[in-house]
Amino acid sequence: MNNPAQFPLSARIFHWGMAALIFSMLLAGLSMVQTLQAWHAPIVAAHKFFGVLALIAVIARLANRFRFKSPALPADLPAAQKLAAMVTQALLYICMFAMPISGFLMVSASGQGINMLGLFTLPPIGEPSLVGYSFFRELHAITAVLLMLLIVMHVTAAVYHGLIRKDNLLRSMLR
Amino acid sequence: MRAPLSKYIALAGVAAAISGVFLYAGGFFGNSQLTAQEFVNLQQGANPHAGFRRAHAKGFCVAGEVRSNGALAEHSVAAVLQSTTTPFIGRFSTGGNNPLAPDLSSPVRSLALSFSESPEQNWRIAMNTPPVMAVATPEAFYAQLSALSPDPATGQRDPSRIQAFFQQHPESQTFRNWSASYQATGSLAAEQYHSINAFYLVNSAGERQAVRWAAVPKTQVASNPFAEQNDALRLELEAQLAQAPVAFDWQFTFAGANDDENNPTQLWPESNEQKIAGQIVITRIEPDSACSEILYDPLILPAGVQATADPILRARSAAYAESYRRRAREVAAQHAQ
Repeated sequence: MNNPAQFPLSARIFHWGMAALIFSMLLAGLSMVQTLQAWHAPIVAAHKFFGVLALIAVIARLANRFRFKSPALPADLPAAQKLAAMVTQALLYICMFAMPISGFLMVSASGQGINMLGLFTLPPIGEPSLVGYSFFRELHAITAVLLMLLIVMHVTAAVYHGLIRKDNLLRSMLR
Repeated sequence: MRAPLSKYIALAGVAAAISGVFLYAGGFFGNSQLTAQEFVNLQQGANPHAGFRRAHAKGFCVAGEVRSNGALAEHSVAAVLQSTTTPFIGRFSTGGNNPLAPDLSSPVRSLALSFSESPEQNWRIAMNTPPVMAVATPEAFYAQLSALSPDPATGQRDPSRIQAFFQQHPESQTFRNWSASYQATGSLAAEQYHSINAFYLVNSAGERQAVRWAAVPKTQVASNPFAEQNDALRLELEAQLAQAPVAFDWQFTFAGANDDENNPTQLWPESNEQKIAGQIVITRIEPDSACSEILYDPLILPAGVQATADPILRARSAAYAESYRRRAREVAAQHAQ
């Protein structure tokens, strides 16, 4: 079985595009819940809009994921590190789904829809509920913390492969 | 395959840099600017009342409708302002963080409205008895609330702190003049409630008009017959509603050429153009469950109404959201028990 040296272009576009989106969304989310400045409203509106885009993007990305064979992990990688890589990747996907879904459901539970650039409004699902709001609001926050931990691990591991192990792993996603 | 130490240091640097960016954005190294969390901490005081709103904790839900005459339709595409009748769930409240305080003695009374006919037309309106703010920025408002807070040791307000605050903020003169002349009535139905902050009406041609609005009472009630009771204002309104609905004129005041729509501390001249959009009619009191889920965030606006850049208005959303999050968490915890 041949082992591709790199991820296909579609996977690299999804990876780097969503990396930029997720990083921006995390920073926007962390700041906007604290700020009292005038940019609060436009950032919240943008956060909700891009959250919907992120959900569409991760669905398309997962579908695309099954269309190609990923480069295998380096053969000499210890089993524990292989397992860690798989678990991290699975958790990253779970978080990429859980973030926008919990965000949409918390907005829904507060009785709001999501305005899509003034073109139309995504209607809320279900009746307004404080208990439901709290569940999804806290889930959104907890998932965000988990996602940030995973990103730190993911980037550190990638740089470890590129800088210290000097194997093909980092290069397979870079170009 | 032994890499030099410098590469491990570089690796640690990468991990630390990303973690540092997240921690910085999360406020772990402190915030240079006032945060919504600090604001709500101040509002709720040392002993938060679990499950209640952090500000205007005392209040009750009402239901009613706006009977719009269409006079504002040429200025805004908002559905409520077309010639039609729109139901709402409202909330009368009094200022402060104590849901059990006697309502008659509160210096501020409020009327909030929620229109939820469709997601595009969701509109939350929060109006208060003062027509202006004392200050124009969230930072100054925080300082004002701090100055007005009771001293934790004595439980009393410190008049010298209050005086010092107002001296440092000459922009509060209009508010102080109003405060000195304001005579609270005996009824929630006899107060005039103001948007305080200005908004833009936007019509189908995309033209913007800055406005403030008010609910202008149609009845006079000098004294409250239930004055000895904790819920005097609610009891009085109940008695009125048992007889007939309570109505207000919904009055819009247009900004003139010299009026700054982003400054909530100044009154606009009485000569400004005014239009009555119709009547706000309260028909009945509703159980608490009717409005407990509603976040009366004045930045939830329909197509046809937009927020001005007024810093106080813009600050309200984040503080309301933080209060809503805390209240929801407490209600969920009570629910789970």
